[in-house]
Amino acid sequence: MSVQSVVENLKGKFSASVLEVAEFRGETTVVVKKEDVVAICTYLKKEEGFNFLSDLCGVDYLGKSPRFMVVYHLYNIKTHERLRLKVPVEEKSPQVDTVSGVWATANWHERECWDLMGISFNNHPDLRRILMPEDWQGHPLRKDYPLQGPGREPYQGRLS
Amino acid sequence: MATTETMTINMGPQHPSTHGVLRLVLELDGEVVVKAVPHIGFLHRGIEKLSEYRTYHQVLPLTDRLDYLAPMHNNLAYVLAVEKLLGITDLIPERAQVVRVMLAELTRIKSHLVWLACHALDIGAMTVFIYCFRERERIMDIYEKVSGARMTSNYFRVGGLSADLPDGLEKEIRTFAEEMPRHIDTYEGLLTGNKIWQKRIQGVGVISAEDAIDLGVSGPSLRGCGVNWDLRRDNPYSGYENYDFEVSVQEGGDTWARYLVRLKEMRESCKIVRQALDRLQPGPILADAPKICLPPKKDVVNTIEGLIHHFKIISEGFKPEAGEIYQSVENPKGEVGFYIVSDGSAKPYRMKIRPASFINLQALPKMCEGSLIADVVAVIGTLDIVLGEIDR
Repeated sequence: MSVQSVVENLKGKFSASVLEVAEFRGETTVVVKKEDVVAICTYLKKEEGFNFLSDLCGVDYLGKSPRFMVVYHLYNIKTHERLRLKVPVEEKSPQVDTVSGVWATANWHERECWDLMGISFNNHPDLRRILMPEDWQGHPLRKDYPLQGPGREPYQGRLS
Repeated sequence: MATTETMTINMGPQHPSTHGVLRLVLELDGEVVVKAVPHIGFLHRGIEKLSEYRTYHQVLPLTDRLDYLAPMHNNLAYVLAVEKLLGITDLIPERAQVVRVMLAELTRIKSHLVWLACHALDIGAMTVFIYCFRERERIMDIYEKVSGARMTSNYFRVGGLSADLPDGLEKEIRTFAEEMPRHIDTYEGLLTGNKIWQKRIQGVGVISAEDAIDLGVSGPSLRGCGVNWDLRRDNPYSGYENYDFEVSVQEGGDTWARYLVRLKEMRESCKIVRQALDRLQPGPILADAPKICLPPKKDVVNTIEGLIHHFKIISEGFKPEAGEIYQSVENPKGEVGFYIVSDGSAKPYRMKIRPASFINLQALPKMCEGSLIADVVAVIGTLDIVLGEIDR
């Protein structure tokens, strides 16, 4: 069973939520609606065997709408296939339902995503900052967060 | 009647057996751990943010500083990711690929030596520590000869290698790869049959295969649960499909199983290093992609094209087409991956690192809750974490 057939099955089952399918350098990316992300992840894990969540992160496309994407990297330990799932998130309400009930590993990934990107996860069991100090203001990986930190003179030297 | 209550104590961030700056808040009932909560982030340097402000070539030295016990693996994961993004994976010359594999496997031995040394020391076996560091020093010497640095190698380049191997080094590496299995026999002689060692780690830090997969645990820690999965064999990169090696798997899911897995991995790595030396043929070390790879110094000073390319790559960098890729390698700790989003400019738009230690550490509460406080030390050791990679 190839990733293509997984995508076809996904389209058949969740026809209303699959927004886009892209192929780049042999990797498949599926963009889905955020309302159905937990249902789709549960389906991919239970029915299609994507039992391993390699990675989860947020990307800030500042100036575009929707502004954020939450990216899930799924892996199937049996067939060694990868699938990338992306969920668009609006700037107005940067919230997605947690998938930590599907893969327990998502717990820390989502905490990191909240900490650094400012996307919060509904029903998350323990949504605290993880890398930055507890009392930190702002989310450093957002594109409108200056490299030097807020309220400081920009770096005068050469960066690149 | 006497009443009992639990007590909360703090372990780390300054604690010799937390392997860096890991802080654990332990809730104890007598000597039994009721709850363990890891606190991390003390070493956060914002490498993902910094990389968004640097050209692709300039990001490379930052990756050394992730898992500083296995810098070449981070370099490898990063250069493979950028090569995939550029679509030049097939252009990498054979010699560069073989040298990459050889050094990656030496790095695996080096990283596992530190793991064994510190793990044994934490549990009380001092001698092994000294022996492991003796052998590690020889790999450090090899590192120094190829890259000029002992820790932060920064040796691989997008498109190949920064320099060819120095003369005579192949012989030194071969001698090392042939002697190393005997040294591993020594460590096994000190530990494997040792009743104290066995009693100390058998049945400690048990985790089932289902739980480990659910928690995203990868690498030797997962193979110690009987899961037969190794990226080198299952999603081969850098020509790993051409090497004959066994993936070491153990049932049990305890510290003992993970100990056996890593020891066998060191032996297999010696095998791969020897095979790589046999395959090593003279040839180019950089891909034929002048707009991407820095030209050799003699071309820069002797030819006008070389000078222009050097100037353009240094001042502007190269611009991969817009897109996104994920590439991972089998680091000594587990799956280390780079997710790079390109917007068509000379700098990564977003670079996410999948750190193996960060995710493996998440399994720590599961592995030590309900066990004795002294076993927490064994569990930290067996997870083989590096805080540089956890905190990034």
